Amino acid sequence: MVLGRLLETVLRAEGAALRAGLVRLGGDLDAAEDALQEAALRALQRWPVDGIPDRPAAWLNTVARRWLIDRHRRGREQPLSADLAATLTDERPAPAQWLQQQQDQSGAVGDDRLRLLFQVCHPALAAEASMALALKVIGGLSTREIARAFLLSDASAAQRIVRAKQKIRQAAIPFELPTTDVLPARLERVRQVIYLIFNEGYAATEHAELIRPDLCREAIRLASLLRELLPADAEGLGLLALLELTDARRLARVSDAGELLTLEQQDRSLWDRPQIARGEAALQRALQLRRPGPYQLQAAIAALHAEAQRPQDTDWRQILALYRRLLQWQPGPVVELNAAVALGMAEGPAAGLAWLDQLDASGLLEGYHLLPAARAALQARLGQINAARDSYAAALALARQPAEQAFLRARQAELEVGGT
Amino acid sequence: MKYALLIYDDEQTYATMDEAAMREVYAAHEAYGQALTEAGVLRGGSELQPSHTATSLRFANGKPSLHDGPFAETREQLGGFYLIEVDTLDQALAWAEKMPAMHNGTVEVRPLGMSAD
Repeated sequence: MVLGRLLETVLRAEGAALRAGLVRLGGDLDAAEDALQEAALRALQRWPVDGIPDRPAAWLNTVARRWLIDRHRRGREQPLSADLAATLTDERPAPAQWLQQQQDQSGAVGDDRLRLLFQVCHPALAAEASMALALKVIGGLSTREIARAFLLSDASAAQRIVRAKQKIRQAAIPFELPTTDVLPARLERVRQVIYLIFNEGYAATEHAELIRPDLCREAIRLASLLRELLPADAEGLGLLALLELTDARRLARVSDAGELLTLEQQDRSLWDRPQIARGEAALQRALQLRRPGPYQLQAAIAALHAEAQRPQDTDWRQILALYRRLLQWQPGPVVELNAAVALGMAEGPAAGLAWLDQLDASGLLEGYHLLPAARAALQARLGQINAARDSYAAALALARQPAEQAFLRARQAELEVGGT
Repeated sequence: MKYALLIYDDEQTYATMDEAAMREVYAAHEAYGQALTEAGVLRGGSELQPSHTATSLRFANGKPSLHDGPFAETREQLGGFYLIEVDTLDQALAWAEKMPAMHNGTVEVRPLGMSAD
């Protein structure tokens, strides 16, 4: 049992590096997976007899490599990849210059984990496929855990993973660092996949599905890996900061009764201070690189919320300014809605309402319950209780999730009690 | 690895094109084919006649019946294809991105079967 636990820990921590190295040798994710599994089985047989090796990961690597090479010699399987030759001659295409510069900082460009990350997050794969595959081959989650995480049957999760691996093999999605021209887009895709994994986990907490594996933590692990591999990617650091800062509030987000709580209502003593500090440190490093972007802006907004000891201490003026900049990067009605709320907090509810009216007139958020909900909150602050009541009713008619509905009903009830 | 670059485009745009514009499209494809050849990756390809010239055999329980027209009547139709041979999908995508005379259509990048190697 203890041995199994140890092995699991080693595979969790080193699995991505082991798989990546094996993909380079064997050319194929499935072969790498088989080899690693074989090595793990061998460990369970040998370690009780021979003792646990000093460097368990290196031991596993040696056994897995030998197994892969043996299988190749037996000639029953696919030939070893051309990568084997490339490893010797190193004639692979030059990575983008920017990536090369990163090498000075981390030595990570030679790291096959980065190639693996780019491969499984390739935009030729659907985002859902990349999410599952990243969790499997980099995060080291089992297919069953992935199934539970995405509320899929084991068979559907397995199929999603198998299909993605097939496409990688059959369409020759490369195990390579992207070239300069496509690098920004590829890097953004990697970040996006990690962000989507986090969101999947974060949304799950709204539905009290406590049995789902902690996708938020997995996403943070992946973002941390990205930081380790590319320490000068400002937006990658921004993403890590955003995830840490958002996750730090997770416990406070839902009441004991399972209701969603606004930032104002949350018990700030439940916010995870060490995690906030980690997020702020990542953001600091990102900002020093002076290459701003949407993840950093969102992280900065989250940091300002985190810094406020009480809701009334929130620096809404700065938050408003950050939302305005975010709008330049990512124009869109949902960001605009948040900006309008921030305006309402910074310059008074009337100003916020005026912006919401504009947004409403644009029709871009038709059917989105948070627009009337935001309007209701501002109307309540202006003392327009009847209007607020109507707006909450409109929001309730649009909200679909029970947690959202419960949240809106609670706000509506407050109106009747506190309405002066 | 061989890939087919399948060009789907709105046939109407070609049907209504004047001769000068048409010449430009052909010249662009000629240059593109030349570039593929110089890179040593071109393995074949062709323009296709408009989809109304197609005849489809639909099989039901092994019996074919003839139909006038393409597999599916959609606005965007397969209008031509290139066969190329490169190492990775990224290289194929890079070529597909340079497809000339594309405005609103789609280039589908499809790996050929293993037997094509």
